[in-house]
Amino acid sequence: MASIRNPWSNLSRRRRHEAWVGLLFTLPWIISLFALTIYPILDTIYLSFTDYSILEAPKWVGLSNYQEIFLKDASIQPAVYNSLYYALLSVPIGLVLSLGLALLLNMRAAGIGVYRTIFYLPSLVPPVAATITFLVLFEPRAGVINSILKFFGLPGPAWFSDPAWSKPGMIILSLWGLGYMTLIFLAGLQDVPRSLLEAAEIDGANVWQRFWHVTIPMISNVILFNLVMNVIWSFQVFTQALVIGGTNGTPLESTLMVMVLIYRNAFRYFKMGYASALAFLTFIVIMIVTVIIFRTSDAWVFTDKD
Amino acid sequence: MLGFSLIKIDNRATSLDEIMATEQTSVKQITTELRSTPNRPSIRKRITSVLRHVVLISAVLIFLLPFYWMVISSLKENTMVFSNPVQWYPDPIRWRNFIEALDYPGFPFLKFLWNSTYYAGFVTIGTVISCSMAGYAFARLRYPGKNLFFSLTVASLMIPGIITFIPVFLFFKNLGWLGTYLPLIVPAFFGNAFFIFMMRQFFFGLPEELADAARVDGAGEIAIFFRIMLPLVKPALLVTAVFTFLWTWHEFFGPLIYLSNQDQYPLSLGLYAFRGRRITEWGLMMAGAVLTTLPLVILFFIAQRYFLEGIKLSGLKG
Repeated sequence: MASIRNPWSNLSRRRRHEAWVGLLFTLPWIISLFALTIYPILDTIYLSFTDYSILEAPKWVGLSNYQEIFLKDASIQPAVYNSLYYALLSVPIGLVLSLGLALLLNMRAAGIGVYRTIFYLPSLVPPVAATITFLVLFEPRAGVINSILKFFGLPGPAWFSDPAWSKPGMIILSLWGLGYMTLIFLAGLQDVPRSLLEAAEIDGANVWQRFWHVTIPMISNVILFNLVMNVIWSFQVFTQALVIGGTNGTPLESTLMVMVLIYRNAFRYFKMGYASALAFLTFIVIMIVTVIIFRTSDAWVFTDKD
Repeated sequence: MLGFSLIKIDNRATSLDEIMATEQTSVKQITTELRSTPNRPSIRKRITSVLRHVVLISAVLIFLLPFYWMVISSLKENTMVFSNPVQWYPDPIRWRNFIEALDYPGFPFLKFLWNSTYYAGFVTIGTVISCSMAGYAFARLRYPGKNLFFSLTVASLMIPGIITFIPVFLFFKNLGWLGTYLPLIVPAFFGNAFFIFMMRQFFFGLPEELADAARVDGAGEIAIFFRIMLPLVKPALLVTAVFTFLWTWHEFFGPLIYLSNQDQYPLSLGLYAFRGRRITEWGLMMAGAVLTTLPLVILFFIAQRYFLEGIKLSGLKG
């Protein structure tokens, strides 16, 4: 009997039903988007102009938080330096090494699955456990790394006890987890058409030329993805820094990252307004860097125009 | 290590065009070339293959050293963790580290293990339910405002947590949720931009005819989703589940700011607290590190397929 009904009235009722179900299914997420993302962004900006200790209502103080950041706070300079040092070294080194590993893994041979698994395993280790393990490995006097260096006649630095070596130690720790990026690169490499590489080879292109002119352009979107995600993550590094250096960034503020400084101001000193100003400035820096990467990417990311 | 910079790519478009233009003639060349020199390339290939494996095996040894050291240190006496000379294997093996860590006064790792399981379990359930529903609606249902909400979802993928966490903390504090798992678990039931995006891609790949057939039979949209579409994206649900579980297990900052009672701590935070107070008990601390890591390694070997699938997808997203 259903076929007798007018199909048009049936459709509009269906469309209304569909719209209600669509809204119902997305409603929780829309609430979350406004309550936990959009409103907090605006509130962080507002709080950055206030003095707010949680106990009392926020008090408008104009630009004084920003004045304190730029003129007074002696911890700002080391925190900014440490975060830039960490991001500017760990991101490019991580990208180059993981791409190199992915290139080595990109072959049709037995045992690839085993390599792939082993390189990914460190990404499974929770950051706190990984950092504590590295504190043991890099222990200055009797740690295994310095023992190996000593065996080769090299002087081992004091790593996480030496302000000059604590950040290189943190970068090495970050490199232990590069398997995740490696596998993303590997997936990209496996999508490069073999016919292109073979054609280039026949035309006399050597290994480097094939790499530069075929492989790199074909995976440049994957490089862009890994670059952007890593920049965003590394500017916000927190757990590893807190486990190594605590809220003071020991030794000698050398592991004091911007995120640790924000945490310290918000949850140790309960200076929510000041922490918001720091968070907002960090956000601006991350956004500027991301926009610069995307803008310049037009020049080096190859997009298929078909 | 490898001497190249990532940015500079000269003449790439032209050379690609050239390559494609000459592809046709090249096929003839390769056949003649292969006939004329049958042995030379195979020897060269064998040498590069050996070199490749030598580099890879060295890398494997470097990557495995921290694991090996974590495990053997967890079986050493406290005083032997930093013995001089270095002890490459535990002697005597002290299994008691694990028994003591599981039930350590003030730092009960067994309790932490349960807390982590409970926390990651609920977040996983919430994320899978909310993201599959929202992802399906974004992919397949038509309703006013959809495009705007989806654009906001994509934009929010790029928003770092640093700009939101203070007001979010204050919001949950005003709800009286501090010291409970509610601020850590409830948001998962409201969705997550990354997995909504991923689920949407999966639902796009399904044939529309299935749903249309059900519509002709008079099935409602809710029934179509739960009875027909959801079972078809089981792999995507499992990818979402394993990664949510992994990332929640890793989560440190959230528990650090929301939880106050040590009995409530998940493993990562418990391990951090243990290091703060019992800094000399290295053997037990490493046993704690092993206990924190082991469940994820087991999960990985059970669900390896879904981990690898998920990694592939996250790269394609870019």
